[in-house]
Amino acid sequence: MSLTDWISEPINWFFAAIGLLVLVSAIKVVTARNVVHSALFLVATLAGTAGLFIILAAEFVAWVLVLVYIGAVIVLFLFGIMITRAPTGTDEGLDNQGKVIPALLSLTVFGLMTWASLDAFGSREIVSGGEVVSVEQIGESLLGRFVMPFEVVSFVLLAALIGGITIARRDATPLEEEQGARS
Amino acid sequence: MLLNQFLILAAALFALGIYGLLVRRNIVLILLAVELMLNAVNINLIAFEAVLNTPEAIGQVFAIFVITVAAAEVGIGLAIVLLIFRNRRSANVDDLQLMRY
Repeated sequence: MSLTDWISEPINWFFAAIGLLVLVSAIKVVTARNVVHSALFLVATLAGTAGLFIILAAEFVAWVLVLVYIGAVIVLFLFGIMITRAPTGTDEGLDNQGKVIPALLSLTVFGLMTWASLDAFGSREIVSGGEVVSVEQIGESLLGRFVMPFEVVSFVLLAALIGGITIARRDATPLEEEQGARS
Repeated sequence: MLLNQFLILAAALFALGIYGLLVRRNIVLILLAVELMLNAVNINLIAFEAVLNTPEAIGQVFAIFVITVAAAEVGIGLAIVLLIFRNRRSANVDDLQLMRY
């Protein structure tokens, strides 16, 4: 498929725009000098990802991503940032000194993955305008073939809930325990 | 649409996640980088699902599992960060050298 063919498909314009948004904001997530900005750029990355999912006809997962990530996880992150009182102004101490080796390592990983996928799926195409996977299909799959993993994941969530409360709870000081026992 | 355009974008996100994971010192920012990597995995799953068109939408179901596990991971991770901050008054990984030697 030549470049002109690729550009002539209108859906690829959307892909280019959203992909650029995702890439730029992902770069800002790992380079921003402000913790809160970093978290907010992650919102842009995730919103762009949801757009990509809609291009790929995965509407349900796109909205799950928006609800769970942008709605809940980012709020959790912002609370975490506020509670740990991480410096909200610009701070030079956010990054390590050595950045060359991590950059080289991540470029190597990117190069290897790109080479592998180009090698394996050279010009494999996704047929656009295919049928959107219905929520009914996903629901039947979740509660049919994948009912055991579904239950395991729900147990993981329950364990994480209880574990999170147990870990983050402030233990009573000996004095408070004594007062509690007296009253 | 080519399959590779999605795979390469996901590879770029994953590489950026690795970079952030290694470069950042603040624990909360390291967790943000982990989220980027999980997001790259989700893009791969959805792209392959769009190619293969399995009758049971397996790729999308797995993406939902990944999202759920990521939510649990963030909850536990931030609870641990909170506990570390309460004990050490710091959220920098450089300050956590207690178990080093």
